[in-house]
Amino acid sequence: MTEPIVNDLTIQAATVNGSGSQTANLVLTRAIFHMGIPVAPKNVFPSNIEGLPTWYQLRITPEGHMARSDKVDILIAFNVATWREDLKSVRPGGVVIHEEAFSTADVRTDVTYYPVPFSKLAKSKIQNDTLRKQLANMIYVGVVAGLLGIPWGAVEHGVKRQFLAKPKAVPVNLDAIKLGYDYWQDNFSKQDPYRLEPMTGAVEGKVLVEGNQAAALGALMGGVTVVAWYPITPSSSLCEYLIAYSDRFRLDEKTSEKNISVVQAEDELAAVGMAIGAGWAGARAMTSTSGPGISLMAEFSGLAYYAEVPVVIFDIQRIGPSTGLPTRTSQADIGFVYTLSHGDTKHLVLLPGTVEECYEFARDAFDHADRFQTPVFILSDLDLGMNLWMTPEFKYPDKKFDRGKVLSKQDLEKLAGEWGRYRDVDGDGVTYRTLPGTDHPAAGYFTRGSGHDEQARYTEGADAYARNMDRLAHKLETARHALPAPVVEESGSPIGLIAFGSTHSAVIEAREMLAAAGKKVDYLRVRALPLADEVARFVARHERVYVIEQNRDGQLYDLVRLALPAELVERVRSIRHYNGQPIPAIAITGPLMDREAVPA
Amino acid sequence: MSATVNRVGLPRDAYKGAATTLCAGCGHNSITNHMIKALYELGVEPHLLAKMSGIGCSSKTPAYFVETAHGFNGVHGRMPALTTGAHLANRQLIMLGVSGDGDTASIGLGQFMHMIRRNVDCTYIIEDNGTYGLTKGQFSATADLGSVQKKGAVNTFQPIDPCAVALALGCSFVARSFSGDGKQVVPLIKAAIAHRGTAILDIISPCVTFNDHDGSTKSYSWVKDHEESIADVSFIPFFEEVHVDWT
Ligand SMILES: Cc1ncc(C[n+]2csc(CCOP(=O)(O)OP(=O)(O)O)c2C)c(N)n1
Ligand code: SF4
Repeated sequence: MTEPIVNDLTIQAATVNGSGSQTANLVLTRAIFHMGIPVAPKNVFPSNIEGLPTWYQLRITPEGHMARSDKVDILIAFNVATWREDLKSVRPGGVVIHEEAFSTADVRTDVTYYPVPFSKLAKSKIQNDTLRKQLANMIYVGVVAGLLGIPWGAVEHGVKRQFLAKPKAVPVNLDAIKLGYDYWQDNFSKQDPYRLEPMTGAVEGKVLVEGNQAAALGALMGGVTVVAWYPITPSSSLCEYLIAYSDRFRLDEKTSEKNISVVQAEDELAAVGMAIGAGWAGARAMTSTSGPGISLMAEFSGLAYYAEVPVVIFDIQRIGPSTGLPTRTSQADIGFVYTLSHGDTKHLVLLPGTVEECYEFARDAFDHADRFQTPVFILSDLDLGMNLWMTPEFKYPDKKFDRGKVLSKQDLEKLAGEWGRYRDVDGDGVTYRTLPGTDHPAAGYFTRGSGHDEQARYTEGADAYARNMDRLAHKLETARHALPAPVVEESGSPIGLIAFGSTHSAVIEAREMLAAAGKKVDYLRVRALPLADEVARFVARHERVYVIEQNRDGQLYDLVRLALPAELVERVRSIRHYNGQPIPAIAITGPLMDREAVPA
Repeated sequence: MSATVNRVGLPRDAYKGAATTLCAGCGHNSITNHMIKALYELGVEPHLLAKMSGIGCSSKTPAYFVETAHGFNGVHGRMPALTTGAHLANRQLIMLGVSGDGDTASIGLGQFMHMIRRNVDCTYIIEDNGTYGLTKGQFSATADLGSVQKKGAVNTFQPIDPCAVALALGCSFVARSFSGDGKQVVPLIKAAIAHRGTAILDIISPCVTFNDHDGSTKSYSWVKDHEESIADVSFIPFFEEVHVDWT
């Protein structure tokens, strides 16, 4: 037998969706995490409720790599429809745990097979008829635990943690896992190198959180009081988490009534319209959607930009165009969202690259929206939003809300009613607003998406229009400096990488791989649009800069080049990944090494 | 000389808005005047009023009454969403939406229906002229079967009757009137505002420029010939007693 491989392996469970396998996978994940070992789960699921193939990849590395792995060490072949295909993904020397009934004799000889009679075990040993199908998945958790040496205590923890809200389910699930655990002990002897051993120092202080869950918490911390949404994968869970959290944390102390409004709208036009109406009336309001919904929100987004109404809009990106691959990840909305709507529209866009940033940016987005009286988009994606990520625990906010320039009754009295809704008195492009309900005769004004002057009066005047548009541009320029700055990691390499969003995890790993191969590369992570000046400076400091992103056309690549002086443009190159699977590090290192090998 | 004031101490002029930019004789202008009268007589506090609208000649009218109130002229057919959101943000506001028949029954039918379904507390006025005034005279979805466009085209489709739709959805306040009948419209507006829940007022409001000819079923003459007042409407406002807790 070869050298043992400890805590460095990727498990892939190939199952059928709707069968309860996701619960089994999460138990396994939590058990391993409980051993102090870093985990990075990725769920690849179909746009379907029951019966289609689904894969769950659980990557385990001592370093805590969180990008998808392109190699499978241990395959759990549980799906009769796909197992032959799935077998191809296993690396030579890997392990296949499979349903005994699948005949593997003619398939591959360079892997170790552990056949388990899952169906027979389930039929003969699981008494509970209604839960049999679901519990059958738990059997493989037991087999894996036996195979890798996961202590029973960790398994118990995984089950209890997974069924926090349903403690009654713990014993039946543990029994099912025990079936697999015992089957392993009784029938196999270890023939492969893979082991898990408890670790210290790698996961302490960390939690497993989905990006959408983090964003929901962030929005609550940001003081959201009106949420309007329309269900769509992969965004739905954000609002569902929000509803669940607000059931617990947004109850009025005296009346126990909820002090947040959540509306499931009739479509995304209505959802964003409600959020804008609420933002106009003074609430912190948001909506969340994905590609098809963003398309529907275009007209209203332009209204909010032009009439200057704060609103927060989440786009949890998935693959388009059209319905595309609704359950696969993508970063292809960045160009569209940045200028969403007709006319000279441009938006503030926040680009979280970690779940911690999903939390922080969601929280701070409401400040930005209020401060700059404009829509703030938060661009996440399916990978970041719906997968569990290891993250440091979130911090409780330590600053007060910034509600921006709002004139109260008292302010208006001091000004003797002299103010103009769109008058730039501070020279930063950001004007003062009043909220409906302000008890002063000068408070009211007419908000409109048609041409208006400084006093919010209707005008089609050429100068007034251009003046207003220039001020809006100036306002965005002010805002640009207040948005999260790029994160730069630099050590004097002639090569730089630029990326955003969930590509971050693959870039971290790619840089380690490149450094190990003697090729250090620098890195700038963009965290907001419009782009910061630092981007151009970064390009100026490097001979060759690769923009890495998960879309076909290199949308950030285009935006970066537009932000550069002409002489720097040709330094920038593009690496793109767009098959719907989260980008693995190799999709960066491969093309980069190829391009570097060719003289420029 | 002290001017006559209403119960909140404001003169009628306080309910005026900017000068109208609509065509002289447009039914919508009459409705604006009825609105001013109703809001004045009801004693609505301007700062608590939120005037909402979509897009169209009709949707411009909130600029022409109660200038000191907040207003929001949104996008075509989506006034209900803005209204719903603003209402959720501040339940104290008196939401008053103005829309057209195109704005409501064509592009905005979905939002119109869903607002009724949610029974959002607001007054929803449809200034119904059977045509798209602002885009120069195309048929709207409330144009009657067989009615004739100014240039001669005949409408071959059944109309959508916003009142029938509202009733089918269980709306708790539905009324139809005529812009030329202030005696009826003013109390209806007051009652609609006083109503808790969505109140739909479909007011036939002739477009003198594009839909006031023979063959139109929304012309002044057609409406006058066919108007049948089924009730003498008056409205006696109910003001809640003020309860004071002296402890
Ligand atoms: C999305 C969109 N499509 C089309 C238009 C053009 N448009 C402006 S007003 C209008 C029709 C208005 O008709 P109605 O609501 O009946 O109001 P009226 O002008 O007759 O009072 C149309 C189609 C628009 N503003 N927005
Ligand atoms: S076009 Fe018709 S609806 Fe528009 S203002 Fe003129 S008369 Fe009124």
